[in-house]
Amino acid sequence: MIQMARRGRRVTAAAALAVAGTLALTACSGGTDDEASADSSSSAGASEDTGVTELKAVSVQLQWLTQAQFACYYSALDQGYYEDEGLDVTIIPGAVDIVPIDVLTSGGADFAVSWVPKVLGSIEQGSAVTDVAQIFERSGTMQVAFADSGITSAADFAGKNIGSWGYGNEWELIAGMQANGVTLADLNGGSTVQQAFDMNAFIAGDIDAAQAMTYNEYAQVLETINPDTGELYTEDDLVTINWNDEGTAMLQDAIWADSDRLASDEDYQATTTSFIKGTIKGCVYAKDDPESAADIVTAAGSTLGTSHQLWMANEVNKLIFPSTSGVGHINEDQWDQTVELAMTTVNPEGSTIITTEPPETAYTNDYVDAALAELTDEGVDVYGEDFTPIEVTLNEGGE
Amino acid sequence: MSKRASGVLWGIAGIVAALGLWEGYKWLGPDDGVMIGDLIVLPRTTDIAMPHTWDVVARLFEPVTRAEGADVLWWAVLQAAAFSLGIAALGWLIGVTFGLALALLMQRWITAESAVLPWVVLSQTVPLIAIAPLVKRWGSEITIGSFQWENWMSVAVIASYLAFFPVAVSALRGLKSPEAADVDLFTAYSASWWTTLLKLRLPSSVPYLMPSLRLAAANAVVGTVVAEVSIGLGGGIGRMIIEFAATASGDPAKTYAPILGAVLIGLVSAGLVALIGVGLRRYMRGEVPA
Repeated sequence: MIQMARRGRRVTAAAALAVAGTLALTACSGGTDDEASADSSSSAGASEDTGVTELKAVSVQLQWLTQAQFACYYSALDQGYYEDEGLDVTIIPGAVDIVPIDVLTSGGADFAVSWVPKVLGSIEQGSAVTDVAQIFERSGTMQVAFADSGITSAADFAGKNIGSWGYGNEWELIAGMQANGVTLADLNGGSTVQQAFDMNAFIAGDIDAAQAMTYNEYAQVLETINPDTGELYTEDDLVTINWNDEGTAMLQDAIWADSDRLASDEDYQATTTSFIKGTIKGCVYAKDDPESAADIVTAAGSTLGTSHQLWMANEVNKLIFPSTSGVGHINEDQWDQTVELAMTTVNPEGSTIITTEPPETAYTNDYVDAALAELTDEGVDVYGEDFTPIEVTLNEGGE
Repeated sequence: MSKRASGVLWGIAGIVAALGLWEGYKWLGPDDGVMIGDLIVLPRTTDIAMPHTWDVVARLFEPVTRAEGADVLWWAVLQAAAFSLGIAALGWLIGVTFGLALALLMQRWITAESAVLPWVVLSQTVPLIAIAPLVKRWGSEITIGSFQWENWMSVAVIASYLAFFPVAVSALRGLKSPEAADVDLFTAYSASWWTTLLKLRLPSSVPYLMPSLRLAAANAVVGTVVAEVSIGLGGGIGRMIIEFAATASGDPAKTYAPILGAVLIGLVSAGLVALIGVGLRRYMRGEVPA
């Protein structure tokens, strides 16, 4: 009996060890598999055994998870536009603590996608980066309130709970308030309310006017059942304050390159033009076929609902098209407005984004103009003057 | 047998009680939550804030999205949980190995203890969100031959960073726990340090070690999930929580699915550590809190 028991123990001990060992092994293999499948979307098309022509490996760091906000890049990859330019592009999705510009300057990526005001701050802190293409011409940030809240403009924010994500997403909001004579101290609580990744606080009434991207959070509200009607909230239930109309919009998604490499590395210069060219073609593809672009993004690993993804693709198209001077061209007046606001907008800590004008190297149209010229020669419509957005019907939960 | 049966019954009773509490509060509590002044002390009970438990379960059996070929939610969650559990297990293994090695080092040389122990304690005061991007960045610069540092390895390293601490501290206490008389006996027989370690110190450290292994498992799971969110590793529970947050208002039941997955990882890892404990049972003379 005693011996039996002891053997039993030894067996369980062995079993425990085996389990631990197997787990460790699965950790290794499981990880590799998943990484491989995550990468395959980017490397599958661009063959590893470099077929006919050698493709140049290029990586781009996005500022958030895979979603239709980045439809240009994923479409270009899927449709082989990067390959046509001789590039093997790897798209690196962002995350909560990943700062794209830091990844770019530390050599973790060749290009980064980020909002201009955030990067202006980094540039003043010493980051040598250059805006080489302004993919989004318009700002997608707005403030959303319920129609019955009495809020119709930023002037009504005084005494209300105003939501913001912070971390550099608050500048247009603060600038818009300043333009309407409202300071942060006038808000209920003396500052903005920290907003989460969801719109629950807004729907529950904790936030009177919440920050929302036209292509994301605004749709999240429209995908929610209104308890009063038992149906989804409609656009009539909501008031939006759009910073493009208020004149305090700042430039958002831009492609950033490493200034030092641009100055010295001719190869990198050529790559920059090629990368921009492929990306713009991706934007044009997403404009002409938003359904397909949304599907491409979903296939690349986004778990957003189908109607939400399509809504996002459509709204992002509106931020790009019609384009005033060709997709990606940095319009001087918009750049100047962004810089001007970055120098005059005061955040809760009493500081501005930047204190002096950014250096000459902060943006250049050299590469994007070269890309636009090539595209125009190829007959690609880079202006999209005839662009008409589609009508997207959102379903509950974005499904 | 009857003891085991009653254990299972109590386990089920616990789950039922938790569900009952959830549904009971949801039924009785006011829609706007319980407020003291402007402060909400108990949550709202709307369907957005607290979806019905059966809605959460039912949602598990619907596909993740309506996209063609989308997995059923429970299967997607299970895959993500397995992925995270694998990384957590690796992080746990690295952390436990490193922690034990540190403890041995500190037990062997008193100088090492005074030199290393403060750093061990200090290491845990560095916030995870500060080290996570650093680990990722350093890792991305490692290429040895055909070996390339992958993102998931950074997550495992971060998990091990949280896991090693309780092991190092408790193992050190355990290794020092034999009574002076016992140590003297080994010395009298001129037993080597190695023999003393194997026959005396390691066995007597087990009661100290077991709780710390459990703590390390919990830390490794938390570290994995947080690091996934922090540095953006796809495929695991952490990423899933962030991704599903977008449906928090429109499809609230969906956001609970990855949380259930995280609970599952916790249960499985606790169970695995308990298995190790069963194997070491004969060294357990009463557990000592870590």
